[in-house]
Formats: sequence, C-alpha cells, structure tokens
Amino acid sequence: MAQVKPHTDYMLRRLHTLSGVIPVGLFLLEHLFTNATATKGAASFNNAVGAIQSIPLLPFIEFFFIFLPLVYHGVFGLYVAFTSGYNAGQYSWGRNVMFTLQRITGIITFVFIIYHTWTTRFSGHAPTFDMMHHLVQNPAYLWFMIIGVVAATFHFANGMWSFCIHWGITVGQRAQRVTAYVSMLLFVVLAGIGVDAILAFTHSA
Amino acid sequence: MTQQTATAKKTVHLIIERQDGPNSPAYTQEFVVDYVPGMNVIACLMAIQRNPVDKDGNPVAPVAWEMNCLEEICGACMMVINGKPRQACSAIVDQLEQPIRLKPARTFPVVRDLVVDRSRMFDALKKVKAWIPIDGTYDLGPGPRMPEKDRQWAYELSRCFTCGACVEACPNVNERTSFIGPFAISQARLFNEHPTGKMHREERLEALMGEGGIHECGNAQNCVQVCPKGIPLTTSIAAMNRQVNAYAIGSWLKK
Repeated sequence: MAQVKPHTDYMLRRLHTLSGVIPVGLFLLEHLFTNATATKGAASFNNAVGAIQSIPLLPFIEFFFIFLPLVYHGVFGLYVAFTSGYNAGQYSWGRNVMFTLQRITGIITFVFIIYHTWTTRFSGHAPTFDMMHHLVQNPAYLWFMIIGVVAATFHFANGMWSFCIHWGITVGQRAQRVTAYVSMLLFVVLAGIGVDAILAFTHSA
Repeated sequence: MTQQTATAKKTVHLIIERQDGPNSPAYTQEFVVDYVPGMNVIACLMAIQRNPVDKDGNPVAPVAWEMNCLEEICGACMMVINGKPRQACSAIVDQLEQPIRLKPARTFPVVRDLVVDRSRMFDALKKVKAWIPIDGTYDLGPGPRMPEKDRQWAYELSRCFTCGACVEACPNVNERTSFIGPFAISQARLFNEHPTGKMHREERLEALMGEGGIHECGNAQNCVQVCPKGIPLTTSIAAMNRQVNAYAIGSWLKK
C-alpha cells in the first residue's frame, strides 16, 4: 500500500505562491490605488486614508490579512531565494534571467517593506499627505521609495506569471508566453502608477 | 608538396576539464587533434584516446568519457560543451566555436574526467514510479486502448533518454535542495497519461508532492532550452502542477 508521506515542503511552497497573490498581491493593488489618490491632491489622499481608517475591525484585518501573510511570504521567500541556484550568467535565456530577477526583487522588496513600514505604519505618526511629503523631501528616501515600488511591482507581476504555472493554469507554451507579455505589461502599468504617486507627494500640499 | 599540406593541415583545439577520480581535484588540459570533415566531439575524444598527448606533446592519461549509440538516442555522452549541456555525439565540430571547451556535468558526481554518475536520475524515476505495472500471477488480458491524439503527444515525452541535460541546467537542482529534476516530472506525466499507467496515478502524484518533488521547480525553464529531444518539459511541469494540486485539494476534502 502507498504509505503516507509528509507533504510539508509541498504545502509550505504552495502556501507561499498563494499568499503572494491572495492576500499580499491584492493588498499591493489596493495600496497602489490608495496612493494614486495623491495625484488628485492632498485632500483626496487624506480622504482615502480616512476611509480605510473607518473600516471596522481594522487592526484584526491588518494583522490576519496583511501582516501575517506578508511576513510568511517574505520570510519563506528568503529561504526560497537562498535554496535556489543562480546560473543566469551561464544560461542567459530570458526566463532564467527573470527567475534571477524575481529573487533579487524579492529581497529588495523585503528590505524596502521593513524600512517603509518602519517609517510610516509604525512611525507613530498619522499617515497623512504631509507626513509623506516630509519624508520624500529627502532625495535618498525618494529614490529608495522609487526602487522599492519598481521592485515590488516587478515581483508581483512576474510572480503572477509563475503563479499561473505553479497552479497549473497556464499549461501550454503559448499560454505561458502570452501571460509573460501580459505580466510585463502589468509591471509597467503598476510601476508607473506607483512612481507617479510617489512623485505626487513631492509637491507640497 | 606533402610538407605544404602538413603545415596547412586543419586541427581542432580542445580544452578539457579533467579529474582523475571522484575526490580528486579538477584540472584542465589542452589538446590539438587533426580535423576530419564532419567530425563530432566524440571523434575528437577518440583521437585523443589513440594518441594521448596534450597540446605540447607531453604524454597524458587518455580522457575518459561515456558513449553508446552515437546517434543521440541513448543519452550516455551528455557533457557540458562550450558552456551548454548536450550530447557529444551530435556536437559537430564545424558548428562549434573553437577552442572547444569540454566539462563534466557537475550537477552529478564525477567518476573520472567526463564520466559522471547519473544514479540520482534513476532513483528519481523509481521514486515517481515511471513504469506501468503489469506483472501478475495470471494473464490480465489486454489493457484499455490509448486514444491516438493522446498517444501522439505522449510519444514526445517518451523520447526522454535520461541524459541529464535538464538536471544540469536547472538552477534548483543544487546541494541545498533535493529536487528530483524536470525529466522525472515529465515521465510521471507520461505514465499518468497511459490508460494502464493511469491506474497508479495517485502513487505518482504522492511522490511528486514528496521530498524534492514538483514544488521545488522555480520556473527558470532552462530545462526546455537544453533538452536535446525538444521535450516540452515546462508544459509537463505545468500539467503535473495541475494534477498534483487537484489531487492534493481533492484528497484533503475527502479525508
């Protein structure tokens, strides 16, 4: 008879790819959308932040649907990046380069999110347009934000491509090729929205 | 006249990474052999074997390598040629940049020179039960027929000859993981598709969920680039992801 084998690795890996899309990926989209309101002016952004603050059970939602999945995806992701081999120098095919970039952008995003939440969510200050305006006055912080947003959106968009394979959605070569183009289009659009919002904060209210 | 041809004689320059035994240090040696029209890398290695001297004429131990069919259907002569894992028999000198650099496929334990021990591939095939059990104490009769449209694509998968090029090129096959490699996933798909093999599909899916299974794939997709038989390995991996996930969720709900 087939004996019961432990499937822990399998479960942890699949949970990692799933958490990257639901809920972490969805939160990223929501976050970029909220940030984009900054392009409509300080009042618009502050209203959007106010609307989020008024969500009932917010600390509960934040902890279980954002914080925990994000920490899991990030910490397990570091382990994945560590166990992966890197041979894009020897085999410079497009997908292998993307494989390497996915891990590099993951690590950049990990560092970025720690610093980003430290200076905003856990700073003890209310998240307002003025606070962000003050932060991005520092050119180093501004560039750090831009690099972080580009890395995070790349990681998400390219991760969606990989997710579709890990979950057996895109099976054929053509389907994988088409979703690769779609994911890169998604990256350009999301990175554009994200950087646009950051630049909006540089204008004084 | 003869002297003139001798000086104008075309040669092939090879740089070979060698190793005397499994635990010996690696070193490189350079060789120059006479060019023969249409020759392949195996022909170069045979020339070295006939006259084992290095580029400067010093006698050396002949280079060891493996070969068998010489027509790219056995997989035995897989080695890293100019940076890419491929079969030495189908590596034609005219199509290679010189000097030709030969290295053993180091993802496997090196036995000697270009000879590697690919046991791990056969262990992986055993793990995923890449066969169709038909033995019994009495004649079970003919099995169910396979639809022709499935047979056609399954035939492509059956062309795998366990050469190990995909295992060599895969970044996720390394000392930090126990990944079984792309070929084994494709073989599990082949035998899961066969009408008789299908009767044991759960055992293969269980194996793919086990240690070093399908979840170790990171979609770098080098495997499909280096496969000498053009097997759609990445399609096989995605198809098996679908089977394994559906099985995992389905069996959990049935518990």
